[in-house]
Amino acid sequence: MFKDVLAKYDFEDTRKFIHSRTERDVELALGADKVDEAHFAALLSPAAVKYLEPMAAEAHSITKRRFGNTIKIYAPLYLSNECTNSCKYCGFNHKNDIPRIILSDEQIKQETDIIHNMGIRHILLVTGESPKKVGTDYLINSVNIMKDKFNSVCIEVYPMSVEDYSLMYSHGVDGLTMFQETYNRTKYADVHPAGMKRDFEWRLGGPERGAEAGFRTIGLGALMGLEEFRTDQFFLGLHAHYLIKNYWKTHISISFPRIRKASGNFQVHEIVDDVSYVQMTLAHRLFQHDLGINISTRESAEFRNNLLPLGVTQMSAGSKTEPGGYSNENEGKQFEVEDKRSVEEFCNMIRSKGYDPVMKDWDRSFLSGE
Amino acid sequence: MFNNELVIDGRKFRSRLMVGTGKFSNSDTMAKAIEASGAEIVTVAMRRVDINNPADDILKHIKPDKYLLLPNTSGARDAEEAVRLARIARAAGCEPWIKLEVTPDPYYLLPDPIETFKAAEILVKEGFKVLPYINADPVLCKRLEEIGTVTVMPLGAPIGSNKGIKTTDNLRIIIEQAKIPVVVDAGIGAPSHAALAIEMGADSVLVNTAIATARNPVRMAEAFRLGVDAAVAARDAGMPGQRDKAEASSPLTGFLRN
Repeated sequence: MFKDVLAKYDFEDTRKFIHSRTERDVELALGADKVDEAHFAALLSPAAVKYLEPMAAEAHSITKRRFGNTIKIYAPLYLSNECTNSCKYCGFNHKNDIPRIILSDEQIKQETDIIHNMGIRHILLVTGESPKKVGTDYLINSVNIMKDKFNSVCIEVYPMSVEDYSLMYSHGVDGLTMFQETYNRTKYADVHPAGMKRDFEWRLGGPERGAEAGFRTIGLGALMGLEEFRTDQFFLGLHAHYLIKNYWKTHISISFPRIRKASGNFQVHEIVDDVSYVQMTLAHRLFQHDLGINISTRESAEFRNNLLPLGVTQMSAGSKTEPGGYSNENEGKQFEVEDKRSVEEFCNMIRSKGYDPVMKDWDRSFLSGE
Repeated sequence: MFNNELVIDGRKFRSRLMVGTGKFSNSDTMAKAIEASGAEIVTVAMRRVDINNPADDILKHIKPDKYLLLPNTSGARDAEEAVRLARIARAAGCEPWIKLEVTPDPYYLLPDPIETFKAAEILVKEGFKVLPYINADPVLCKRLEEIGTVTVMPLGAPIGSNKGIKTTDNLRIIIEQAKIPVVVDAGIGAPSHAALAIEMGADSVLVNTAIATARNPVRMAEAFRLGVDAAVAARDAGMPGQRDKAEASSPLTGFLRN
C-alpha cells in the first residue's frame, strides 16, 4: 500500500533533500534517459527554476507525442455542500455560515440540463463529506438521473470502501478524484482538526481502493499553499507512480489546486507563484510521460491560456463551485472560480491556439451491460 | 503504372496506407490530411465520436462513398467491452468492419493477446470483418487467421512512440507465413518507416500520430503517401537482394559467352 511507501520517508528530510539539489543535479535530470526519483526531486527544486525553458520544451514534446493536440473538457457539478468536517482552508467547513444545500432530483435535472446544453459530456460530481445526508444511495440516484446525458461520470466525494466504490462503478461511475491535500501527517492533523477527514490513512488509501474497485481514471492532488509545496509535489509524484505500477489498467491524472479565497479567511502556509506552479507541472510531466495533467478554473483565464502547451491534458470549463450554481449563482462556494469564461469562449480559445477541445473521450457502453 | 492495390476479404482499396483520426488539432486539418494521404480506410475511435450522430465533428468529414470508416474499439480493456463497442458501431449503421483493439494498459496501449483472441472469435462468428491490433507474435497471427480475421495488425513499436519498426524479425516471419493481409500498425513515425514495412512485404501500414502531430499534418500525410507509393513501386520493380560480398556490375566472367 502507498502508506508503506510513504512511511519510508521523513517529510522534513525530503524537503531538505529537494532544496539541496544543485544546478548540476538538474542538468543530470534533464539529460537522463529515464527520470528517477532523485532526478524528479532535482526538477522540483529551487535550482531548477533557471531551467524552466528546456523543461517546458521537453514537456511540450512528450505531451504532444503521447496525447496529441487535444484537451479533454469537463465540468464539475456540486451536488451538496453539506459537510461534517472542519477543514481550515475549505469554504464547506461545517462551522462556516453558508446556506447548506442538497440538490433535489428536480434541481439535479435542471443543473444537468444546463451543463449538457453547454456541450459538456464529462462530468465530475462533487460533494462535501456528509455520508449520512449525502451517502451512496443519494449518489447512485443522482447518477441514474443524469447518466444518459453524459459519456463519463466521475466522483469527488468522501473516501469509501472497495465495496462502496464497486457499487458506484456498477452504477456507471467510471472515475474517482481524491486529493490528499498534504502528505505531511502533522500538517494534515493541524488543518483537519475534526470530522471524518482527520483520518489521514483512510484518505490516503482511497485512490488504491478505487483502483481495486475498477475505476478507469483516478485523479490525485495536493492543495498547494497548505505545506511546503515542492515536498508535497514530490510525494504526489510518488503516489501517482505507485498507483501506475500497481494498478496497470487505471489511468492516473493529477491536479494542481492552489488555495483560493473561500469562507473562513484561511492563512496560507506560503503563496505559490505562477513560476513555481509551472515548474511543478513540468517536473511531473518529465517524471511520468503519460500522466493526465488537469488544470481547473481556479486559475485565471490568462494563466490557463499560457499553460496549454506545457503538458496539460484536461481542463474544466464554465464551472460553478456551489450546489445549484449553474441555475442560480448563490452563496456557499467551495472556492472562487478565476476563469469565468463560458464553455464556448474557452473552447474557442483552445482552438485558436491549435488544440482540439475534446468533449467526448469515453463511451458509456464500456460500462453498461446489455 | 505500378499496382498499388490492397485487397482485404475481396474488397479492393487503391492505397496501402490507412490513417487514424486521433490527436489532430482540429477536424478540418484532419480532413485535409486524410485527403492528402490518399488513404481509403480511416479508423475512428468509438469512444471519441457520437456514432449515432452523423453531424459529429469527426464523422462528418469521412464521406462514406469515399472512405471505409473503420471503427476501432480503443479504450476497451477486455473482450466483453470490445465486443459491445463493435455491436454498437454496427447498430449505428457502420459497415461490419471493426479494428479490434483491446488495450488494458492505458500507458503503452499494448494489446492483450488473450482478450483480443476471445473478442475476435465472437465477432467473426457474428459476421464482422475483424482487423485485430496485436503484438508482433507470429503464432497469434496464425491463430487469428485460422478463426477468420480478415487481416492481422502487428505493431512496429508502441502506439504514438514514432520509433519505427522495432519488431523486424517477428514481422518477417508473420509476413512470410500470413495468408491474409498484414498491416503494420503503431510506432510508424516517418515515411521511411512506412516504406520499410512495405518493402519488407507488409500489405499495408496504419499511421496516425506521425501525421496528426507533425508541424504540417497535410504535408506529412502527403509524404506518407509518397513513401508508401515509393515502396510499392520498388517492390514491383523487383528489389535486388542484399549480398555480403561485392558483385561487379559488369560480370567478370562475361567474356566466356563472347
